[in-house]
Amino acid sequence: MTLAEVRDLLDAELIVGQERLELEVHTAFGADLMSDVLAFARSGCLLITGLANLQAVRTAYALDIAAIVICRGKALTDTFVETARELCIPILWTPLIMFETCGRLYRAGITGCVREIGIQEKTGVGY
Amino acid sequence: MSDTDYMRHLQGRYEVHGRDFVDAGLVSSQIKKGLKSQGIHEDIIRRIAVIAFEAEVNIISYATHGVISYYLLPDSIIFEAIDEGQGIEDIELALQEGYSTADDSIREMGFGAGMGLANIKKSSDIFEITSELGKGTRVKSTIMLNGK
Amino acid sequence: MMLETIAERLSLKCKCCWENLKNDVTGGYAGDLLSDVMANSAAGNIWVTRQVHQNIVAVAALKEHAAIVIVQGATPEKETLDKATKEGIPILVADLGEFEVVGRLYQLLYPSQG
Repeated sequence: MTLAEVRDLLDAELIVGQERLELEVHTAFGADLMSDVLAFARSGCLLITGLANLQAVRTAYALDIAAIVICRGKALTDTFVETARELCIPILWTPLIMFETCGRLYRAGITGCVREIGIQEKTGVGY
Repeated sequence: MSDTDYMRHLQGRYEVHGRDFVDAGLVSSQIKKGLKSQGIHEDIIRRIAVIAFEAEVNIISYATHGVISYYLLPDSIIFEAIDEGQGIEDIELALQEGYSTADDSIREMGFGAGMGLANIKKSSDIFEITSELGKGTRVKSTIMLNGK
Repeated sequence: MMLETIAERLSLKCKCCWENLKNDVTGGYAGDLLSDVMANSAAGNIWVTRQVHQNIVAVAALKEHAAIVIVQGATPEKETLDKATKEGIPILVADLGEFEVVGRLYQLLYPSQG
């Protein structure tokens, strides 16, 4: 699924990353706890979160996450957008709650990605 | 080779201040940028970035002040975080996944789920930790480059 | 939909308040920030979270959630289970991560048309 398709599916706006609309994503990780993202998310996934702070962007950068979906219509600060641009992390913004966001993506065929804490990677069920 | 010999290979050194949540992750981003420009393999960089992030959050959450350094050796990268703060009473317990002494302010920032030290340990090839109650904590991680 | 049906279909492990598995689930909410869940979730929600701290029970009780589902196989703290038992809030544990659990719940609660 491309970022453009994700955007349409989630009634979202693409705030950062206009040049990345054709980027393909297949997996997602939903969390508000960045400590969980750092421990379990895999590179290349979509990060779905309601935590619209710099830590979310820096976590995505640390793990080479494909893009962040900010849900619940959380307001974005200028610093957040600037940091995402600087670190080249595409940002989608949706008014939907996380439950609806994950639900729609799951129905569209996106699967969860969970990495065993540490180096080995484990594929999500159904992947 | 003496055990402090790695210090000759210093690549970066960063000050981290306690309770400074806004900056959490900044050192991780800076180290990652630095390593990318050195052409290090992306899997290795990702591990170091995760280690740095967790270490920063630990200093911010539990210490008054700390210093993070990393060293680029021919066969490995060494990461070190030394802080002055409350220290850790029971290291074994602190290393357990899910164990946390975080308060609500830390949780609302998206941290404090008790994964930090466990994640640092598992992302490292060699992990060393020493702590003195009321004084501070030192974490040293070694990641082997293995030709990557 | 009855909580018990959801628990069965998603292989959730019930940790307390088995007597309340007949609770009616009218919708779902996912999130780990207590202030957000407090502000935006609704009564009858099944709340999916990775938090295990006892404060989740206070939020669920206040918002009259049907149940809490803790994801990623995390273990709820003893204080959390004690408090949940007192408040009558069932706590269930899922081995899968937040995204997969929510995805499956969504499919159950809102089956696709046609």
